[in-house]
Amino acid sequence: MLDLTYKAPKPKVIAGMRDDWELVIGMEIHAQISSEAKLFSGASTKFGNEPNSNVAFVDAAMPGMLPVINEYCIEQAVRTGLGLKAEINLFSAFDRKNYFYPDLPQGYQISQLYHPIVGEGEVLVELEEGVARNVRIERIHMEQDAGKSIHDMDPTMSFVDLNRTGVALMEIVSRPDIRSPEEAAAFVGKLRQILRYLDTCDGNMQNGNMRADVNVSVCKPGQYEKFAETGDFGHLGTRCEIKNMNSMRFIQAAIMVEANRQIAIIEDGGKIDQETRLYDPDKNETRSMRSKEEAHDYRYFPCPDLLPLEIEQGWVDDIAATLPELPDAKKTRFMGDFGLSDYDASVLTAEVENADFFEEVAKAGDGKLAANWVINELFGRLKKDDKTIQDSPVNPGQLGGIIALIKKGDISGKIAKDLFEIVYTEGGDPAEIVEARGMKQVTDTGAIEAAVDEIIAANPAQVEKAQANPKLAGWFVGQVMKATGGKANPAVVNQLVSKKLAL
Amino acid sequence: MSIDKDTAARVAKLARIKVEDDALPALAQEFNAILGFIEELNEVDVEGVEPMTSVTPQRLKRRVDGVTDGNQQEAVLKNAPDAREGFFAVPKVVE
Repeated sequence: MLDLTYKAPKPKVIAGMRDDWELVIGMEIHAQISSEAKLFSGASTKFGNEPNSNVAFVDAAMPGMLPVINEYCIEQAVRTGLGLKAEINLFSAFDRKNYFYPDLPQGYQISQLYHPIVGEGEVLVELEEGVARNVRIERIHMEQDAGKSIHDMDPTMSFVDLNRTGVALMEIVSRPDIRSPEEAAAFVGKLRQILRYLDTCDGNMQNGNMRADVNVSVCKPGQYEKFAETGDFGHLGTRCEIKNMNSMRFIQAAIMVEANRQIAIIEDGGKIDQETRLYDPDKNETRSMRSKEEAHDYRYFPCPDLLPLEIEQGWVDDIAATLPELPDAKKTRFMGDFGLSDYDASVLTAEVENADFFEEVAKAGDGKLAANWVINELFGRLKKDDKTIQDSPVNPGQLGGIIALIKKGDISGKIAKDLFEIVYTEGGDPAEIVEARGMKQVTDTGAIEAAVDEIIAANPAQVEKAQANPKLAGWFVGQVMKATGGKANPAVVNQLVSKKLAL
Repeated sequence: MSIDKDTAARVAKLARIKVEDDALPALAQEFNAILGFIEELNEVDVEGVEPMTSVTPQRLKRRVDGVTDGNQQEAVLKNAPDAREGFFAVPKVVE
């Protein structure tokens, strides 16, 4: 396997009115665990159902109802921890985080503050070829999601749907290792990719299945290094937390406006209040969530309804044994085994479905050619139709078939593109289509020679010109290709034309 | 630790329980009595003793991941003071 070494990226420097400033960013990602049923009830997690239909009495916090944990959700959290090379805690426990909101009928969220199921791990975030940030993960804990409030259906009322209430979430907490908006977005992207490979979260940000809270502070250059050395947060600025963002673009924009807001306050002689803020994409500003501040006293205490969660090392080992190949490993393998470039390997491994498709196509025997065809022809064509690989009309066997025909010299690259279009729109077996429609490349020298002779004989004036200026021989090649319907092997034509014209 | 009137008011507010101003001193008093009792427990030496989480040795009960509940919108909404079009309807709360 290739051993890739990376250089750390430079932190983003923002010029204030007086000084230069650097960014320090830590993130909390809420990822919905992929499961059929909720964390503590047997109600469905399906998105988009009739309001309040995916609700068990536990979820609605009816009196006397008790939570019973979904074993698969535990497994998924452990799997995620293993995928992030994290330490798995065989002992973890649940706590109540108390606050009032209409979409939280219990009046508390069951979470894991004191004993999370997963400890320290890491995520390698590549920014460009050879440049990557190793973002350390502090912890991952399981918790319940809240319901959904809809504010625009009635002028005086809010409408509450508890379908999402109690769905299992993983909160993945990073260390303040992120130093620019681009790194923050890339971190979310990489995490999403890993979770999708692991099949522990579908990563659908639009539906809110992955959301980010971003902690932002600014400091003078040099301060971060002091913090890194001592672990003393006193070297850093006061942070603000921007809540609940579900778009990479907004995450980056929010970090920049928040950093600029903080810099302006500090340079003006003011001081930053540690608080929770909300990003408004319409106005491109962040504003304080005062209501949240008041409720910030969560009065955590161990949840008396649930015993501590104890799991066995053997079970963790079983899960580890079924872990799929992860993006970094797959990418290095693609580069090593198929000789792909860093860029091509990244593109092909971005989504596991694409990587699997490519590997099937590569069975035709030429990894590089397969990569070219998948990335340029297939992805290009799918994009044009707004399709994903899952609904590709061309299957890997068919694309592999086209590539095998090119490799065998049966068809030229140009004909292959026509063939691809036929297979894409009409379906069918590439080899049979080539045979049935007479698309086979003519490599039979005799047939090509006859065509060359014919054209030379019919164009004495051109012959004279070409003999005076060999560059004009290309005209003959073009005529021969035309005469043979593009099926002549271009290399053979070239060779014969030169020979016949005695160039 | 001693609970004063302001702390009692804050605890009441966090719990969304309405307590009239003149009832606060008595409430603070009650809190202090409870905390005093806990203080007494603090005198017991529990060095090296694992917290007891259950009277009988039990493992946390697990359920399998299957949909076994739900599809009871009417029952879920039955006790709600107000419900419309399948939703709980509550006084407007906007951030």
